[in-house]
Amino acid sequence: MNLLAALAVALIALRVNALRSFLAILGVIFGVAAVITTVSLAQGARDAVESRISALGASTLNITAGSRSRGGRQGGAGSGTPFSDADINALRTELDFIAAASGLVQSNVTAVVDGANWPTQMIGANAEYMDVRDWSLSEGRMFTEAETQRAARVAVIGQTTARELFPGGGAVGASVRVNSQPFDIIGVLGDLGAGAFGQDQNDVLLAPVTTVRSRVTGFSRAGVRDPVQQVWVKVAPGFDMELATLELEDYLRVRRNVAPGAQDNFSIRNFADLIRAFNETQRVLGLLLASAGLITLLVGGIGIMNVMLVSVTERTREIGLRLAVGARRRDIRNQFLIESVVLCSAGGVIGLGVGIAVARGIEAFGPAMGLTGLAVSVDPSVALIAIGAAAGVGVLFGFYPAVRASRLDPIEALRHE
Amino acid sequence: MSAPLIRARGLTRVYKLGGGDVHALRGVDLDIERGEYCAIMGASGSGKSTFMNLLGALDRPSAGELVVDGEPLQDKRPDELARFRNRSVGFVFQQFNLLPRTTALDNVALPLLYRGWSLSKRRERAEVCLRMVGLADRMDHHPSQLSGGQQQRVAIARALAGEPAILLADEPTGALDSQTSEDVMDIFDRLNTEGITLIIVTHEADVGARARRQITFRDGLIVEDAR
Repeated sequence: MNLLAALAVALIALRVNALRSFLAILGVIFGVAAVITTVSLAQGARDAVESRISALGASTLNITAGSRSRGGRQGGAGSGTPFSDADINALRTELDFIAAASGLVQSNVTAVVDGANWPTQMIGANAEYMDVRDWSLSEGRMFTEAETQRAARVAVIGQTTARELFPGGGAVGASVRVNSQPFDIIGVLGDLGAGAFGQDQNDVLLAPVTTVRSRVTGFSRAGVRDPVQQVWVKVAPGFDMELATLELEDYLRVRRNVAPGAQDNFSIRNFADLIRAFNETQRVLGLLLASAGLITLLVGGIGIMNVMLVSVTERTREIGLRLAVGARRRDIRNQFLIESVVLCSAGGVIGLGVGIAVARGIEAFGPAMGLTGLAVSVDPSVALIAIGAAAGVGVLFGFYPAVRASRLDPIEALRHE
Repeated sequence: MSAPLIRARGLTRVYKLGGGDVHALRGVDLDIERGEYCAIMGASGSGKSTFMNLLGALDRPSAGELVVDGEPLQDKRPDELARFRNRSVGFVFQQFNLLPRTTALDNVALPLLYRGWSLSKRRERAEVCLRMVGLADRMDHHPSQLSGGQQQRVAIARALAGEPAILLADEPTGALDSQTSEDVMDIFDRLNTEGITLIIVTHEADVGARARRQITFRDGLIVEDAR
């Protein structure tokens, strides 16, 4: 008996008991749907994180003064002697693996234009900050390093801020006041998307570090000229990040007079690593949920076995007849096995549809229920694996009933009432 | 003269039951030639059904020799027995044993499925067989839409589908009224005159009387062989 004929026989048998067949595969449907939903959500979260990493720039390092708390109580980031404009210049000129460097001071401010004001974050940086962060402009121009040196009162505005302050457009060329200090807007940033942890990066006002320091934050520290809160550097393309981090650490230890064996009085952070570590927790959670789905799938398999056993009993005479007209034992076994696999695969396909629908539903309605940052990504290979797993359940749980059917004694089977 | 179609020597079948051994057949010797029309008679428990099951390769002898259509059935493996059933015998049962929700045509074509024939070839042959039993106009009917006599005729067509050497009928009229029984027996008579070897197991004397040879079993042995 060929496969096609066996398939046709199986489909007829399943159609005859359509309701029972459907009930039998409910467990498989739920199992596959659960796996697809959880894996799609986890995959979506992973994709989102990866895109944030690439938005941040995989070659970007962030340096702050102070050391990470390790063991006992330590000064946190920002404590200790801060970095200064001089450090930025030194990094830029003395380390050839650094492609761009910028200092950074930031402050939460209220930006004011005639008739409107908007709370936003003001960032003071060097001209190279755009290169460090791989940011782009949608309009106008970035301020130059010369403007930074002379503390020009110019600013580049983020898209969200621009929309709030200038709903009618025309931000470039206008003036915005921060701390009663007027800044000329010379450019609008491109869409920066969400930040590493989901915040809106477009709500920002970017100005020369010198101007922000002297006119807005007043950031100063005794004994340090032109201090900055953070240093951002971009490592030259193709240069190994691990090596860059180590060399940067060596260089800064010497420059900041750290005694041999003493702890660094600064910390270098690779944001990509940080985000990946954060994401790892999500991945474990996703795996846990997916395995719960797999268990459901297995439990669904028990339902399949049950209904197949009932089917074998009901069709005992049919089995006897088939044996009498020349079916071999393996023909009977394959017939029931194919039935079970067809049943489970159908469950797998329906479950796939349900799973995708649920995942899309969560994506669509999640924000309304206070779940933010959800993304769904259905990986075709996951879909195939899920249907394959369902078919596997069909083989696994259909095997015993099928073998039982094939071992029936034809004489007794024909007499069965 | 060629070898007989069926040749049994010392054919024995012992069932092992909880209480001990049951000797269903105790060394039966029998020859049946090609083209014969035999009735196998006897009370229930006489061994006639056991003999029939052995002839049809649904069961295997405990001892002795049984050669059917040139095949020594006592030493065959299960798959070879399945092949033998598919090619050499056609069964007709008391309860018809048609597949429900399946057309008469596909019921008749069923044995050919296990011969690996294509669907169109199977149906073509099944149509020929349904014509032979006078059901050309009922091919698309399901068993539930057919009378008992018509169902048994479908079953006979199914038994003929594989062009077997022997037609084995086990109480073929047991579930039919007397008029319908007549019709079915007429078909058997006609098939035999067309050259088909027929073996009918029955306990009804008038059915047995139609055959040209009556073999009677009692307690696992042949007690009468009348021609």
